[in-house]
Amino acid sequence: MRVVVDLTRCQGYGQCVFAAPDVFAMPGQESLLYDPDPSDEQREHVLRAQAACPVQAIHVDRLAGHVPGPRPYPYPAPDSAPDRGDGFRRSGRIVIVGASLAGVRAAAVLRRDGFAGSLTLIGDEPHEPYDRPPLSKQVLTGRMPLEHTTLPRLRDLDAEWLLGQRATGLDVAGKRVRLADGREVEFDRLLIATGARARPWPNEAEAALDGVRVLRTIEDATLLRRRLASGNGRVLVIGAGFTGSEVASVCRELGRPVTVVDRGPAPLAGALGRVIGGIAAQIQREHGVDLHCDTTVIGLDGDAEGRLRAARLSDGTTLEVETAVVGLGAVRNVDWLEGAGLAAGVWGVGCDAGCRVFDINGVVTDDIFAAGDIARFPHPAYEFQFLALEHWGNAVAQAEIAAHNMVSDQTRRWAHLALPVFWSSQFGINIKSVGVPTFADEVVIAQGSVAERRFVAVYGYRGRVTAAVTFDQAMWLEFYQRMIERAAPFPPDFAMVGRPAEMLPVPAEVPPRVAVAQGATVVVTGHDPGERRATLVRRPQ
Amino acid sequence: MAETSVFARILDYANRADPYPLYAELRETPVLRVDGRYVVSTYREVVELLHDPRISSIREEDVAGGGPSDGESLPGLPPAFIRRDPPDHDRVRRVAMRHFGPPRSPGRVEGMRGALSEIVTGLIDGFADRTRVDVVDDFAYPLPVTAICRLLGVPTEDEPRFRVWAAALVEAIDPRAGEATQRRRVEAGLELRAYLDELAEARLRQPSGDLLSALVTDDGVEGAMSRDELLSTASLLLVAGHETTVNLITNGMLTLLRHPAELDRLRRDPGRVVPLVEELLRYEPPVQMLPQRTALDDIEIAGTTIPKGATITLVLAAADRDPGHFPDPDRFDPDRADKEHLGFGGGIHFCFGAPLARLETRLALSALASRLENPRLVADPPPYRENVALRGPRHLLIEFDGVAPPPGT
Repeated sequence: MRVVVDLTRCQGYGQCVFAAPDVFAMPGQESLLYDPDPSDEQREHVLRAQAACPVQAIHVDRLAGHVPGPRPYPYPAPDSAPDRGDGFRRSGRIVIVGASLAGVRAAAVLRRDGFAGSLTLIGDEPHEPYDRPPLSKQVLTGRMPLEHTTLPRLRDLDAEWLLGQRATGLDVAGKRVRLADGREVEFDRLLIATGARARPWPNEAEAALDGVRVLRTIEDATLLRRRLASGNGRVLVIGAGFTGSEVASVCRELGRPVTVVDRGPAPLAGALGRVIGGIAAQIQREHGVDLHCDTTVIGLDGDAEGRLRAARLSDGTTLEVETAVVGLGAVRNVDWLEGAGLAAGVWGVGCDAGCRVFDINGVVTDDIFAAGDIARFPHPAYEFQFLALEHWGNAVAQAEIAAHNMVSDQTRRWAHLALPVFWSSQFGINIKSVGVPTFADEVVIAQGSVAERRFVAVYGYRGRVTAAVTFDQAMWLEFYQRMIERAAPFPPDFAMVGRPAEMLPVPAEVPPRVAVAQGATVVVTGHDPGERRATLVRRPQ
Repeated sequence: MAETSVFARILDYANRADPYPLYAELRETPVLRVDGRYVVSTYREVVELLHDPRISSIREEDVAGGGPSDGESLPGLPPAFIRRDPPDHDRVRRVAMRHFGPPRSPGRVEGMRGALSEIVTGLIDGFADRTRVDVVDDFAYPLPVTAICRLLGVPTEDEPRFRVWAAALVEAIDPRAGEATQRRRVEAGLELRAYLDELAEARLRQPSGDLLSALVTDDGVEGAMSRDELLSTASLLLVAGHETTVNLITNGMLTLLRHPAELDRLRRDPGRVVPLVEELLRYEPPVQMLPQRTALDDIEIAGTTIPKGATITLVLAAADRDPGHFPDPDRFDPDRADKEHLGFGGGIHFCFGAPLARLETRLALSALASRLENPRLVADPPPYRENVALRGPRHLLIEFDGVAPPPGT
């Protein structure tokens, strides 16, 4: 059986652990770990756990079912959207490029909502689609076998799966996707969900050293797991974002010495700002991480056999290291869209809040949609800025919106207005976030205690609440979500339980926002309105 | 005036057997002001307030001194964590949870399955030469007390004494309880406190595998729990885990007898008890309302401002019948896809004993369904207890043709 827990919904009630202690575990106060592929003898326990979940976040053998609970905004019932009147829902052709979480979720929603036409999924990885969050957590610790990460129920989708096939081009006018082997797949409507890949170590020779790894795919996780299990030397983590910090946490759990290097002022500072990042830094050091902030790795050195031996840091340190994990973020998989005439570039694929992709001129297309890590869409709650969100929850929520809109007429379209929610589990602490913490000028600890590592941090921008981050306090997150949705004033100045004696907003020190498509150079040609065109000038990065 | 009267009618004992039509009326005003109290009854609003940090569970009488006036805490002890706020609430509950469930003791409740199953079997075996029993007195009452005794580690020979104290305390939860009842509560409370204190002392000297031993020997890594807090917690487990479970089991049997097709399906398919108990928690929850929470600040909700200092009543049972969240809410339907009910509350005060209540009720209803031959209600509706918040039948007389041996024998 396949189990998926929507950890964006999970509030840490732990009822599943009571019901099925061999499948679900809470190693800290709130972080939930689980085996997504438990043996059949656990079925009864898992079904009990599913029934008992107070927020109904446990999905068994499905990726799209009834979504219970109060939704962040009113959706029409899923089956209420009528056909566009052209028979598309019965006999149309939908192609989804990208067969990971967003693509698979969209396929499941299309079928749930009654799309009966042909459905093709194209994915460049040869495996059945799998869930990535465990790769930097329970897979890496060895608690969970790698093959258990497979996503549920794909055979029942009645879809054609072209796995291990890379899409290399898109012909928008001819409505065709080109594959690496030269084949072409025709579509009536297309979903772009090709996501992102790990950003490699920029020095190719150093990146090729044995022991230098990234972590994004199941192969990456296999190789890294093997190294962590077999060696005992120092691990260097380059980049203290969420992936890097989670890897560092796993290393400490396994008793491996680990050095974390980040060019920024603190771990997680890129996502949560320097203030909360500073707390993350304390936590890392308490757990024995050798943390170097405001530091870069200036070189990786190998031996004669090409094995990684040492790292040189900008602060003058030279370290003997056995493994280096490159956690420098992601590169969006837009290469195959080059020349297609869409608003695609290093920033991702531009689309409207209904997931319809913009062409390079900024005009919305009718039949091409985008969802997941690759999509960049305007969010009304954030001054209509275009956001690309590389979160599990966003992939799931946005894919549902895209799928719905692909089979609905324009009066029934939904907008992707859900606030971003993400989570991370590291050093025994469950970190959750709602809103956009980088969209802030101030931050305040509104509840709990930093010293106890249990608190709610609230972010504000120009006097309104824009985000909240909890450390082991997930049950309060929805309250702050509503404050964000209602543009409540910042700082929150009401009496409440668990409020610290003093509530002092401080500068959030988030990284400066840069223009969405910074660096994109466009040439506009033509004179008559009918022939004006924009062309993106590609430059080597 | 009509609005005021709907809550008054809900409180009126005459409507105890079926408050649900009144809840529908109540929901027409999601936040209703009645005599300075704010009664919230719609699903979305109740969920919001359960997660709102501007709401306190501390009661005025606890602060003012004189101690808790009902059975949820023992006289002279600090209020149990159910009536405290963070950070105290979190600390005490965390230490208690350390020995009751995850992360440290994930298997304790599941580990009680065998023992509880035996108790259930024994109670139903006792019906063998009878054709009429009271589900409340003969079954639903003894089960939870015995379960709590086993959990805490009360020696079997002391269980009868424990039951007497428990009954005296539970009786006093009713707001209409008279002076004599309150006097009995205080006496029982003092005896129970002395007993638990002595037992804790004994377990400190010589720990065994039970919850009390674990609590009294806790190393304080997650924060310290004083002896008084420990006794307060133990008595909370006893009292809060008692009446509620009795009512859940009794409501369950009543609901099954009112829906014979469901009883039949349960008999044929024991696995069905899992969704059935969840639907029961939505449809006939033992905790109908959380009568007394306090707004620490002005709270705007559903177009109303609940002013700072106001008393708030969250009517969980009305929210669970809200057609805005549950389609066809008055239908008892274990196949309902949405099981996000509020039967155990929500937020930081989510029922501590929920896993134990679920386990007991599943075992109880499965066994009753599979072993009683042709069971039927003697009276419908049965007589109810006074209590409006912890609602349930005082007695549930049923008749049956015989008792089958336990399955698998």
